[in-house]
Amino acid sequence: MKRVIIALGLAATLGLLSTAASAQMLKTVKDRGTLTCGVSQGLPGFSSPDDKGAWTGLDVDLCRAMAAAIFNDASKVKYVPLTANARFTALQSGEIDVLSRNTTWTSSRDTSLGFNFAAVTYYDGQGFMVKKSLKVNSALELNGASICTQSGTTTEANAADYFRANNMKFEVVKFETADEAIKAYDTGRCDGFTSDVSQLYAMRLKLTAMNDHVVLPEVISKEPLGPAVRQGDDQWFDIVKWVHFAMINAEELGVSSKSVDEAMKSPQPEIKRLLGLEGAYGEQLGLTKDWVVRIVKLVGNYGEIFEKNVGSGSKLGIARGLNRLWTKGGIQYAPPIR
Amino acid sequence: MNSIDNTMTEGNGSQLRFVRRAMVPERARPLAVDVIGAIWRRLFGGVFNTMLTLVSAFILVALVWPTFRFMIWDAVWDGASRVDCLEETLKRPVGACWPFVQAKFGQFIYGFYPEAERWRPNLVFLIGALLLAPLLVPGAPLKRINALLFFVVFPIVSFFLLVGGRFGLVHVETRVWGGLLITLVISFTGIVASMPLGILLALGRRSPLPAVRVVSVAIIEFWRGVPLITVLFFATYMLPFFLPPHWNVDALLRVLIGVTLFSGAYLAEVIRGGLQAIPRGQFEAAAAMGMGYWKVMGLIIMPQALKYVIPGLVNSFIALFKDTTLVLIVSIFDLLGQVRTSFSDPNWATPVTLFTGFAFAGIIYFVISFAMSRYALAMERRLSTDHRAT
Repeated sequence: MKRVIIALGLAATLGLLSTAASAQMLKTVKDRGTLTCGVSQGLPGFSSPDDKGAWTGLDVDLCRAMAAAIFNDASKVKYVPLTANARFTALQSGEIDVLSRNTTWTSSRDTSLGFNFAAVTYYDGQGFMVKKSLKVNSALELNGASICTQSGTTTEANAADYFRANNMKFEVVKFETADEAIKAYDTGRCDGFTSDVSQLYAMRLKLTAMNDHVVLPEVISKEPLGPAVRQGDDQWFDIVKWVHFAMINAEELGVSSKSVDEAMKSPQPEIKRLLGLEGAYGEQLGLTKDWVVRIVKLVGNYGEIFEKNVGSGSKLGIARGLNRLWTKGGIQYAPPIR
Repeated sequence: MNSIDNTMTEGNGSQLRFVRRAMVPERARPLAVDVIGAIWRRLFGGVFNTMLTLVSAFILVALVWPTFRFMIWDAVWDGASRVDCLEETLKRPVGACWPFVQAKFGQFIYGFYPEAERWRPNLVFLIGALLLAPLLVPGAPLKRINALLFFVVFPIVSFFLLVGGRFGLVHVETRVWGGLLITLVISFTGIVASMPLGILLALGRRSPLPAVRVVSVAIIEFWRGVPLITVLFFATYMLPFFLPPHWNVDALLRVLIGVTLFSGAYLAEVIRGGLQAIPRGQFEAAAAMGMGYWKVMGLIIMPQALKYVIPGLVNSFIALFKDTTLVLIVSIFDLLGQVRTSFSDPNWATPVTLFTGFAFAGIIYFVISFAMSRYALAMERRLSTDHRAT
């Protein structure tokens, strides 16, 4: 009983502290002059430093878009590269303002860890990669195959479920790290390699002949990745959410970093509202009227950052798939700005 | 050739005696100088030696040849992106992808330190090297001033140079420091600051005053009892929970304090080992000369004790130097961390990138650790005043 009381007391204290610390996140960030953003310590296409040492990637661009909206300067971001273990503690303790580190949105993280997931910036899921020479076009043809994977992750269990549900047999070959698993696959130890699809494309670059391998279309698990903030500051939560929605809406309305100046002259009411020529939607968020203009001009719309970081404009070459706009057969959808 | 026949070991209750009963047979006269013959006999004299030679030769060839091929023969020396390091493009086996290291070299050395300001760490490296070199040469003059400059003035100057924000220098946050710079900063600070701490704790642990002894033991046992990684994690992510929101201690400073306390506790035990090797007579003789506690320790005991424990100290220093790589978990990128992060750049993702990066980091770590250990060995020989076989 005593222990329960102590635990409750501690939780309450921590709760109070974190609310007190985060009640006015936007003001804190503005006063500080920079946004502190938790990213991965290196994940191709999502966050990795380039040759000049600048952080790039899809997760990084969300932080840059937020900085653009708040400061009109996409470079006013401090990146805190976090390990998978440290990421939640870093957000809870206030070490970072927003966590944009390819984190899967799950119910337990949303509730018991005390976070709010603002949006899904990338719909990932587990998939398979095989050699083209196997002439396999679907994961359903993998009966009897041996599959290389990294141990200690959910990928192994997901694959087992999938094969059992489809009445297929397979042999799983486990490795400590993803790099070992891909090496083994490359040397012909397994017929296939399984991991999250974004990871599959990144790992494909490490193969001796990447064009001899193909990622199969089946996606067997849901891994919605998105930014998270601490609970208790709704204004800050809204800002993260709407920065993402603004980029989606901009793509949907055809406003890109190149056409944004042109679009300012557009008579279309949706575009006028988006770009702050009508209404006071930016001010309602605590930002400025031209917040979307800043985001699109300095960072780009969702389609642009997708293609630049992970899509056709990058070495990864990931197909948009689920991440297409809802108007084009995907599920990226944003509520309207009005 | 001491067989049972000519020696005898007797057990007599609690006593063991060793008695040689016969002389060791004389050995054959050494042959005249015959280098090749001598080498041949050492390598292939007898079945066992021959086997050892063959196995060693096999291991050497099996290791050295592929290493040479990977690092030099098959290596790629210039290029601009991953394409230049692919077997597909080159139509030959590919070894190390050195352009990757070249492209990331700045990051490996300075981390994310702004490019325009990199002359500052360079200057620090230069001053450090200039002050360190005469300190290492036994006969160099002005040792005392030199040591004062290196251990007291140099850290202060480096601090202002690297951090900036004063004297017209741009402020560079410690968050963007990285690579070899951070490895050296942490290990230098750790070594220089933990040495006095270790000496004090070691003396404290042997102090006749119970309060001092208990406190020293508590500190030593606490810091030796927790893993470094826990210390770092706690200092970085848990402390903000307990401190008021405005108390913002710099992340690197927190790490430096953690590392210093941690390594101080280990050094204390190493030094205590040296203290225990000093005969009681030394203390008594010094006291009889009318010296106080600090004089006894500073002039008589410590110089002898520290000399005895040089191997142990260097061991700890090298361990500390390599342990700095643990700071990766608290988002500070040391040399190895920076190398690992570069693996995620899709621009350079190839089958050999991983090995190239690790090979580069390995070479740097080896060179520095090896230099430390050789210097310590030289130091030991120079300070050796007794009749130990060295």
